[in-house]
Amino acid sequence: MNIALQYDTAHLIGAMVLLFGFQLLYQRRIKAVLSTFALQAGALSMAAAWQAYIQNAPHLYVTAAIALVFKAFFVPFALNWLVKRLGIHRSVETALGVGPTMLIGVVLVALSIMLVLPVTQGASALTRENLALAMSVVLLGLLMMITRHNAVTQVVGFMALENGLILAAVGVKGMPLVVEMSVAFSVLVAMILFGIFFFRIRERFDSLELHYLETVRGDRL
Amino acid sequence: MTVFSILWQVLQTMICLLAAPLVTGFVRSIKARLVGRQGPSPLQPYRDLIRLLHKDLVLAENASWLFRIAPYVIFGFTWMAAALVPSFTTNLVLIPAADLITLVAFLGVARFMISLAGLDIGTSFGGLGASREMLIASLAEPAMLMSVFTLALLTGTTAPARIIDYVLAGGVGLQVSMGLTLVSLLLVAIAENGRIPIDNPATHLELTMVHEAMVLEYTGRHLALIEAAAMVRLMLYISLISCIFIPWGISQSGKGFEGILIGLVSYGAKVGTLAAFLAVFETVIAKMRVFRYADFLGGALLLSLLATLVLYVSEAV
Amino acid sequence: MTAQALLAVAVLPFLTMLAMVLHRRENTPSLVHAACFAVSCILGVIGAMAVLKGGADHVQLPVGLPWLKAHFRIDGFSGFFLVIINLGAAAASLFGITYVRHLKHPARVAVAYPMFLAGMNMALMSDDAFSFLVSWEFMSASSWLMVLADHEEEENRKAAFTYLIMALFGTFCLLGAFGILAQAGGGYDFTSMRAAKLDGLQSSLVVLLGLLGAGSKAGLVPLHAWLPLAHPAAPSHVSALMSGVMTKVALYALARLLFDFGPTPAWWWGAIIMVLGGVTAVVGILYALMQTDLKRLLAYSTVENVGVVLIGLGVALAFKGEGKTSYAALALAASLYHMLNHSVMKSLLFLGAGAVLASTGERNIEKLGGLIHRMPVTAAAFLVGAAAISALPPLNGFVSEWLILQSLFLGPKIPNWAMKFGSPVVAALLALSAALAAATFVRAFGMVFLGRARSVAAETAHEVSLSMRAVLVFLAGLCALLGIVPVTVTSQLSEVAQNLIKAQLSETIVQGWPWLAPISETRGSYSGTVLVASVVILILGTVAVIKGFGTRNIRRGPAWDCGHKEASPSFQYSASSFAQPLRRVYGATLFSAKEEVDMPMPNETRPALLTLRLIDPVWQGIYQPLANGVVNLANRLNRLQTMTVRRHLLMMFLTLLLMLIVAALRRVVP
Repeated sequence: MNIALQYDTAHLIGAMVLLFGFQLLYQRRIKAVLSTFALQAGALSMAAAWQAYIQNAPHLYVTAAIALVFKAFFVPFALNWLVKRLGIHRSVETALGVGPTMLIGVVLVALSIMLVLPVTQGASALTRENLALAMSVVLLGLLMMITRHNAVTQVVGFMALENGLILAAVGVKGMPLVVEMSVAFSVLVAMILFGIFFFRIRERFDSLELHYLETVRGDRL
Repeated sequence: MTVFSILWQVLQTMICLLAAPLVTGFVRSIKARLVGRQGPSPLQPYRDLIRLLHKDLVLAENASWLFRIAPYVIFGFTWMAAALVPSFTTNLVLIPAADLITLVAFLGVARFMISLAGLDIGTSFGGLGASREMLIASLAEPAMLMSVFTLALLTGTTAPARIIDYVLAGGVGLQVSMGLTLVSLLLVAIAENGRIPIDNPATHLELTMVHEAMVLEYTGRHLALIEAAAMVRLMLYISLISCIFIPWGISQSGKGFEGILIGLVSYGAKVGTLAAFLAVFETVIAKMRVFRYADFLGGALLLSLLATLVLYVSEAV
Repeated sequence: MTAQALLAVAVLPFLTMLAMVLHRRENTPSLVHAACFAVSCILGVIGAMAVLKGGADHVQLPVGLPWLKAHFRIDGFSGFFLVIINLGAAAASLFGITYVRHLKHPARVAVAYPMFLAGMNMALMSDDAFSFLVSWEFMSASSWLMVLADHEEEENRKAAFTYLIMALFGTFCLLGAFGILAQAGGGYDFTSMRAAKLDGLQSSLVVLLGLLGAGSKAGLVPLHAWLPLAHPAAPSHVSALMSGVMTKVALYALARLLFDFGPTPAWWWGAIIMVLGGVTAVVGILYALMQTDLKRLLAYSTVENVGVVLIGLGVALAFKGEGKTSYAALALAASLYHMLNHSVMKSLLFLGAGAVLASTGERNIEKLGGLIHRMPVTAAAFLVGAAAISALPPLNGFVSEWLILQSLFLGPKIPNWAMKFGSPVVAALLALSAALAAATFVRAFGMVFLGRARSVAAETAHEVSLSMRAVLVFLAGLCALLGIVPVTVTSQLSEVAQNLIKAQLSETIVQGWPWLAPISETRGSYSGTVLVASVVILILGTVAVIKGFGTRNIRRGPAWDCGHKEASPSFQYSASSFAQPLRRVYGATLFSAKEEVDMPMPNETRPALLTLRLIDPVWQGIYQPLANGVVNLANRLNRLQTMTVRRHLLMMFLTLLLMLIVAALRRVVP
């Protein structure tokens, strides 16, 4: 297969991950956010599998499998269950409107392109575009965590950020598997942590709004 | 300029007018099937148009001259715009007269007139429709122009025929920007044609309608012209998307009758596929609130902007 | 040629004197306007000849400062602006002949009007900083007088005060720019300034000061706030001149500073001006969209169009700085084209608004409506202007915006991230402003001319005088003509642009008569002529076919409106309700637009009330503090007036001493 097509396909899949990152910002219902996240994880797993194929690095297939099984199926399913179980409000509370958030998103993408392209002069084409896209995904994840109130959407934002990290990792030739595993585990840990948090908040304040937490900081007690 | 380029231009102009009701009818009948109704025949729009043409005009008491010329202007400009999009061949005599920017602006003329016509009688529905139409246009038009910008950067031209040449010559490859532009153009097309989730072409409910609200006072042949213009516009967007993103099969200049034949058949197939896709999309999605339009179309605008930015990533390699 | 032009201008001060002497005679104002019409026609023809002939014609008069004299010069570039200015001036003067009869104080206008024309024309012809600034000040001061023509109204006084301060500020900045150029070039005449050698910092300073000085006159955001106050306050034909024409004098000054004097500024100034233009365009048209005063709406739309022109100038500057001169010529020609178009369209629209005002006495679009029935000619002309300014083909506004977009599409050819990212963003802003302009003018035309009359004044309106209508129809025809034969215009503009950028447009722009292909044949082309012909054929064909079908019967009946019966015209969509969706989407953050509904309880009899609040961030943030500062300072300085003679002399003495010390120091420290 020729290099151009390899490159274009990798680029296309990377852009799909980015596009789903944008859609996460666009969605206004928690259920839709979770499905979008699942799609993003699916795209990520495709990206990993494609990299495994063109780099001839079988261990990346494991990464792809982890992303698919764990992030695309298990996590959204679990979070959905949580939402239902806890009776969480089904719409997304935004700190900033959808339009402005997406506008900032585009600015962030422009910023990461401007940052990554000159810095990585000389690196291989595949790596450069991958890095630019991955950095955008990371920044979009952060943006989502900042601009969305609800705890569930914060978890999703955090994991979208992780997706960006993995996208960056799979694009670099010779990255050992250990990193991916640790990243995946950290997500799991975060999941459990946040899950427990939900229950605790729910028990004490009957709401998942984060600003209730602000009143129970240690210095005020 | 050859005799053939004139001939094909005439043929294309007639096709995009005469086949347009069929496409609309086709979408409607598929939609009906998908929700389990039998639905009218795909030829029903033709019957509707002819029936309307035969009817007397009923004009509101305070309708002005603008109200009466508007349908002709709307229809003429929309039809003209549709005739400028290469459908089965790029060997058309009017191709150099207009590029994609002009095309967008021609649709803008039709929209300008229809909004004014909505305001002419002085009813609240007309004003409501015109006001919402302007909101949609204010985002959809820039989104479309940004798509044109991306295409111009990618292919070095804003003329649709040249873009087709470039894509067919394999100059584009599997480009991310093309993909993003396609998504953005699809969103714009849905909005501009008043399809679900932006507008519902089948209702007359004040809470949901945009396009229907503006043309509420039209009757007889005026209404027929406006409905026909809406059908031609749907046809135009389908042709535009198919000619830029799936140009394969289009006859380029220098190919003989065989090429034209292939062009016609492939064009028919493309239009059918895209129409079916539209019907499915409309069936599975729900209408959105008016103030979500801004997010929807703002998303389209930002996507096309993103397409330009991503272009630089691949360009810099 | 310059001498003849100066002679023609010299007639104008006599007209002012005439107006002063004969101010009691009722016919004087009309007479003055008629004479002004003749003078503008002559000056316009001279300008056109200068454009066609090319080259420069220099005249030196032994007046003014003794070591400088007064230099005047007409080249192709100033000739082109003479055409723009005098086209607008001729239309406004002709319109004014009968329009002044509707004014409260026609004599006041007649005194200042010729001086205003003289100031603008002299500014274009000046070839040294001194005569330029004097003419510029004449232009500002005489227009200020006309803004004050109705000084009984509080609003107008406020507008005039703001205008005065901004005009002084602008002149001050220009003075600074000329000062730097003169120091580097060794003289206050423009010939030495052209040859001035500036270092990077000086060059940037000149651009910055020029941008502030000319930009404040042209209405660059955020220096625009005075414009929508002052332009509408003047009588309508003067508003047309201020908006359509005076802003062009400011842009002329800016273009001279950017392209003609000294070395070409760094390319990034082009990027900055381009972005400023984009922001100005969008902000200006958003303001326009919220207005309910017709003339103020038009003034804000001027702000938008100045932004569009600045985009073109910025792109041209960036290309010139990068050495891509043929692209620069395209962008410059595009923005010149837009200036010409805007002066025609805006004159048409302001004069149309004047006709409405003369006929109904009403500027508030919430109280108009249905005028298309009573003023059909005015309505048709206004419609053409509205469509043209909304950049709709085949009219002129579209062609120039198309050219500017095309030159923006070339922006990423400059291998720099700022232009690569900047030009798509600015293109998006330009597209957004064009779409919003369409919304603005659908709203304006719809509320004024369509629907049912919202007031008695609108119901009893009648068509205006023949000469006024003739002007409107002429300008509307010009809008169409400039759009349908763009190549004829652009080939001339290419010559004009050559005066500043030593390059021609690519030859394809002048290739075939109907085909406008600005960059190359395959890059995208446009033909207004062919398209208009085709559309006309299609429409005529449609009419013919429809005639073959069934009946031509027309019945008139009450409006259907889904079966509702709307008794009162107040049930119609109002201007504010039309703007509501757009206000919510765009205005919520920019203007902190807030709607408050005061709904009475079921048993109350008072009406429900919807209050709308818009806050202008520029006014609140910049002007209010500035104006307060100026007023405070003025109050402090007021004390000077009550000083004794001895103290006055002391002040003078101290000033003299200070200047002597400065002069002495300059000798010591070279």
